[in-house]
Amino acid sequence: MTITGERGVGASRSYKVVGTSPIRHDGVDKVTGRARYGADINMAGLLHGKILRSPHAHARIRSIDTSKAEALPGVRAVATAKDFPIVQMQELDFGGAQRNSRMMADNDLAYRKVLYQGHAVAAVAATSPHIAEEALELIKVDYEILPTVLTWKDAMKENAPLLHESLTKRFTMDRSSQGKDTGVRSNVASQIQFKLGDIEQGFREADVTVEREFTTQTVHQGYIEPFACTASWGPDGRVTIWTSTQGIFGIRETVAGIMDIAESAVKVVPMEVGGAFGGKGIGYMEPVAAVLSKKSGHPVKMVMSRKEVFLGTGPTSAAFMRCKIGADKSGKITAAKLHLVYEAGAYPGSPVGGGASTGLSAYKIDNVLIDGYDVVCNKQKTQAYRAPGHPQAAFAVEQVLDELAEKLGMDPMDLRLKNVARQGDRAPTGVPHARVGFKEVMEAMKAHPHYSAPLEGINRGRGIAVGYRLNGGGSGSSATINVNADGTVNVITGSMDLSGTRVSIAMQVAEVLGIAAEDVLPQVVDTDSVGWTGGSGGSRITFDTGRAAISGAEDVLRKMAQRAALLWDVQAEDVQFKDGVFFCAKNPKDKLSFKELAGKLMATGGPVTCSAMDKQGGVGAQLAGNIVDVKVDPETGKVDILRYTAFLDVGKAVHPAYVEGQIQGGTLQGIGWALNEEYFFTPAGAMANSSFLDYRMPTTLDLPMIEAVIIEVANPRHPFGVRGVGEGPIVPPLAAVANAVYRATGARMYGLPMSPGAILEAVEEQQPKKR
Amino acid sequence: MGERVHVRTNINGDAADFLCEPRQSLLEALRDILGLTGTKEGCNDGNCGACTVIMDGRILDSCCVLAVEAEGKTITTIEGIAPLDGLHPIQQAFLEEAALQCGICTPGFIVAAKALLDREPDADEARIRHWLAGNLCRCTGYDKIVRAVLKAGEMMKQGPAIGQRAGVLGGKAGGTEAGKSVEDVYMA
Ligand code: FES
Ligand code: FES
Repeated sequence: MTITGERGVGASRSYKVVGTSPIRHDGVDKVTGRARYGADINMAGLLHGKILRSPHAHARIRSIDTSKAEALPGVRAVATAKDFPIVQMQELDFGGAQRNSRMMADNDLAYRKVLYQGHAVAAVAATSPHIAEEALELIKVDYEILPTVLTWKDAMKENAPLLHESLTKRFTMDRSSQGKDTGVRSNVASQIQFKLGDIEQGFREADVTVEREFTTQTVHQGYIEPFACTASWGPDGRVTIWTSTQGIFGIRETVAGIMDIAESAVKVVPMEVGGAFGGKGIGYMEPVAAVLSKKSGHPVKMVMSRKEVFLGTGPTSAAFMRCKIGADKSGKITAAKLHLVYEAGAYPGSPVGGGASTGLSAYKIDNVLIDGYDVVCNKQKTQAYRAPGHPQAAFAVEQVLDELAEKLGMDPMDLRLKNVARQGDRAPTGVPHARVGFKEVMEAMKAHPHYSAPLEGINRGRGIAVGYRLNGGGSGSSATINVNADGTVNVITGSMDLSGTRVSIAMQVAEVLGIAAEDVLPQVVDTDSVGWTGGSGGSRITFDTGRAAISGAEDVLRKMAQRAALLWDVQAEDVQFKDGVFFCAKNPKDKLSFKELAGKLMATGGPVTCSAMDKQGGVGAQLAGNIVDVKVDPETGKVDILRYTAFLDVGKAVHPAYVEGQIQGGTLQGIGWALNEEYFFTPAGAMANSSFLDYRMPTTLDLPMIEAVIIEVANPRHPFGVRGVGEGPIVPPLAAVANAVYRATGARMYGLPMSPGAILEAVEEQQPKKR
Repeated sequence: MGERVHVRTNINGDAADFLCEPRQSLLEALRDILGLTGTKEGCNDGNCGACTVIMDGRILDSCCVLAVEAEGKTITTIEGIAPLDGLHPIQQAFLEEAALQCGICTPGFIVAAKALLDREPDADEARIRHWLAGNLCRCTGYDKIVRAVLKAGEMMKQGPAIGQRAGVLGGKAGGTEAGKSVEDVYMA
């Protein structure tokens, strides 16, 4: 069979479905309240679980007495870390970083030590959530309080108290490898290093050099839906878990590992996910709910409060960056140095590798030295947050470039364009860039009317920044396509839909099959019902699961062509498919639309069902860019965002309306990070602002409309050129807003957030020098 | 556990009686007792608007109202917004404008927007932003939400017929099957 015009990369090919914006398939359920999220579950005999959390940031657990709680009427089970089989089998170790079940068990219920305020120590299941809460108060924990190591700075001091006696520093020059163990006991879990050329020589060649230090604080993903899950342990030793997660197969692996049962004995059923942004890539309560269900013989539902979300889940790293960049008179960068220290929180695994492998990668620089340190301290174990680790590094690099441009007397966009990396250039990681749209994004920014629009009035400023995002990983996806007799198809995947990927996958299938997006019915199913699929993260679903679905759809066409051949009594090779119609090359009168042929499958051999999987090396790289105008109140220091234009090279926008939405949403999170958001810690390590009242995220009143500009430079790794869109947009805003504040006030903001007080202070401090 | 209290209300046009503990919030009563899980909990302390309902014509955060306070009141939740044979214009506009991503904030926004547009279908961007400032969305950047509410206002001025376009996907919607499995047959 020949499929005409089906494959081949290029924006030049024309599409019927891809690039349109149909109504999403799950939309009606979500605007009517019918869609069921993590907490929207109820069943006969359901118990409610609650977690007791540590009031101390660092303490040894001497003993836990649960007897009074167990005696409270209505309480059906109490659990501590001792109830996790893995804790009895293994000592805590730090290998395998992200998916280390023993480490996750320790974070889900502390065993010997609590490592941050909010660390879970015990759990109760009772007939009502209120009774469970009362029971928590009856649990007596005897703590031996230890000195708190609250920040990376405390943690790196000589003779700093160690969080983990068995933790030794690792050294690596490759983000995907653990590197070698240096044997040095330390709160520094690892160092990652990238080197190109001769850094000393590079700086000698520079005419202008700028070196600055920057800090960012701990911030949270801020998803509106708190963590919620339900577990039901059956008498057959099998457990079913309903949960709101980015990855059902990851939850399956973790629960099986911690409970020491076969993965196939765990069935994870995905609920709708009310926001995740990386933070729901792992679970916290699923193993706890499983233990409580096993002990009580009832299903157990657990829902976090907002306070628990702040205290008990993973925000992203507070970070320290030192960045030095040198350029010659023409603006060519001769050398760059980036020193990054990211807080991992209680256990190793900050996204410092994400910062190190991206901060300078948009540029072609021959002499580079990047060092990144992953440092444990007595805060929440950090988790991924949208382009993990990238925004912190970009905050430093893009501000240093801004200063460099000013010193050189160059337009900041021209400086970037002069140094932009192109296909084949080596990134600091040593890996040559594939086909990328960095230059196209920068040129689009410069050509955009916003860039040259007059900005009138005092205390106003315009800032720009770009942000490079990389996904080099890629975990793999499965998809199954079933053809229905009415000409529709079901597409079955294990990819949780965080933001509209049902529709973006369905559209790719529709494009291949020549049918309407509405005739493709996407379903997200449980771990028993679809092949292994990695989590929804790394901007990979429209790309990876899309690729799996496309190859499944192509298989459907091949199978259907065989049926047409049967009907027409010709060879399958004689059947062709174009624009949604099968026809016979030998006798063009013989033709059947996809729908007509779908109705004849039962008479020609039975149903057509095709499964496919895809395992790619990751989406690759992309560039985002921002132009922002701000106004800063000189009396109060408050920043108003006046105008915002956000650019992103998306490869190919499958559903442009939702692509715009991703760009706008990532921008909102970046603005919140830049201006307001931070965890306030007391000196003892307690979070002082664990509510939405005090941890202030942007509201409708804080933002203008955000113009999203879609750039399409096709990704050679995807048949339609898709690059993924989820993460890129959050990379540039921190620096773009800071650069705008500088233009408005004359003060450089070296720390986040740029709260009114911080801005007034910086203006005060820097005024004599700048004005 | 306190003694249970009998509360009589009208919810989404039907009489709804329930028994609750005095300490339970209206949000808990709606979700856990009545099975109306379309109303969401994001913070449980009045700071996100995910739990927004209309009570006697006014919007409020149902997490901050005790269930017993609903005695004798008329309540509209997200489940009561759509007409029998289709969608409300606000719901339709949210779909057409791609004004939701994860969708967890969506019920709260739609209920809040209805209370506004019922009175002021002409509300402009500034008015809409002001009215919706109590509803947090972390996914959309608000841009498309504001546009959807503006569009819904237009649609509502043109009369109810537009709101009753049934079957936005020609009756073939895939819907959300998430969370459903053999063990799981409970529904409201
Ligand atoms: S749950 Fe009621 S306002 Fe957040
Ligand atoms: S759509 Fe996710 S919070 Fe609004």
